[in-house]
Amino acid sequence: MAAGFKTVEPLDYHRRFLKENCRPDGRELGEFRTTTLNIGSITTADGSALVKLGNTTIICGIKGELAAPPVDAANKGYIVPNVDLPPLCSSRFRPGPPGEQAQAASQFIADVIENSDVIQKEDLCIVKGKLSWVLYCDIMCLDYDGNILDACTIALLGALKNVRLPEVHINEETDLAEVNMKQKNPLNITKHPVACSFAIFDDTIIIVDPTVEEENLSTGMITVVTDEDEKLCAVHKPGGTALSGEKLQDCISRAITRNKEVNKLLNEVLISVKPK
Amino acid sequence: MMEVTQSGSAQHAAVLREFGCEHSLLSRPDGSASFVQGDTTVLAGVYGPAEVMVSKESFDRATLEVTLKPKVGMPGVAERSKEQCIRQTCEAALLTRLHPRTSITLSLQTVHDDGALLACCLNAACMALMDAGLPMHCLFCGVCCAIDQQGTIKLDPTAKEEKESRAVMTFALDSTDCRVMMSSTKGSYTAAELQQCIAVCQRASESIFQFYRDSVSRRYCKA
Repeated sequence: MAAGFKTVEPLDYHRRFLKENCRPDGRELGEFRTTTLNIGSITTADGSALVKLGNTTIICGIKGELAAPPVDAANKGYIVPNVDLPPLCSSRFRPGPPGEQAQAASQFIADVIENSDVIQKEDLCIVKGKLSWVLYCDIMCLDYDGNILDACTIALLGALKNVRLPEVHINEETDLAEVNMKQKNPLNITKHPVACSFAIFDDTIIIVDPTVEEENLSTGMITVVTDEDEKLCAVHKPGGTALSGEKLQDCISRAITRNKEVNKLLNEVLISVKPK
Repeated sequence: MMEVTQSGSAQHAAVLREFGCEHSLLSRPDGSASFVQGDTTVLAGVYGPAEVMVSKESFDRATLEVTLKPKVGMPGVAERSKEQCIRQTCEAALLTRLHPRTSITLSLQTVHDDGALLACCLNAACMALMDAGLPMHCLFCGVCCAIDQQGTIKLDPTAKEEKESRAVMTFALDSTDCRVMMSSTKGSYTAAELQQCIAVCQRASESIFQFYRDSVSRRYCKA
């Protein structure tokens, strides 16, 4: 009988749970779904990570290639993220060029990388003006159950920590790059940004980590990205109902707590992964 | 008919650049407006409520589509991200449930970008929606501010000031309670700096809303 009511009046169904300060899957308003992280699963990639946030599954693979540095910044490399939402993950995505949600998510990840200084682009330069690394970060969603921005940032961070790039130096005589596959070094990760997404219901109630049903019924979304020094890297609220200052402050505090939880999980996983 | 006003509020040396707007400058769209902030100029055109493609149709509300074209080159991923912000802000302000199974198309063209582009796009969008006569439950305005390396908050930065600053934030504020409808930030900052910037932008938005009222009353109350 509850299933029938849920189909006919989904908004009212959710409202009844929210009145009792809980949600249909039994979570509190401020509780995240179980987060699972698996690192190094793609052996052909230089670094990879698989994240499951409840049912939402995101995989990130990073490959490094060599290229000439940009003309306006000869001592920097490139980091190119791309988020793909294939028709596999949800029936709302059709085959073809990336839709607006995928492109907006790619832009969000590119902004997080730039705003948080997660890696210094100068570290990616091998020889100034001649050779640098390009890191292609491909993030793909395998199962869309809401809150992909959070899962994408965790996957990206996990994959970056897993990246092992070979040593490269330029041979003076031939002027060609020589790659030493036997000697691999990890990247220098300076900051650890973590995203925390909230859905706003009926202009007043804020719930953390929305599922896809809650996202569709919400009147607004906000994502707060913090790093481990409690500085904000992004407050991404792409429109929707207005938020007051106090509610925004509550969101920021929850995001800071989430940052500590995720970094603890990440450290535990990295210790358990055997070095290649 | 072009109107230009200057406004300022002297905190943190936070002054909005000279801004102005022009209504109904295009003949084909149902509503159009051009908004100028300093040197940044954006042209907006609104068509709607009009016929909608069945695949995009919504049974209980109007479907809003936003296209933002940059001055040079093809629209890329950055434009898509801005379009998403503008679309969801407009959807929250428009009474879309009054026009079910229709489409409202908002086209924005960047004429010149000298900083605070997203804020200028939001202002142009609001003026164009008003010009088209679409029902809204509140107006919204876009305000941009930047925190420079010394920690001073600068309102409405130019492109040069944006490049030199540590963080740039754009907010969309509603006219009824001056609360944050949309937020898009670059760079890193503390929570206290964020709250300070929101307060500065809220003070500045009052002058923008007053300008909206003046320009519409001047237009409709011709002596």
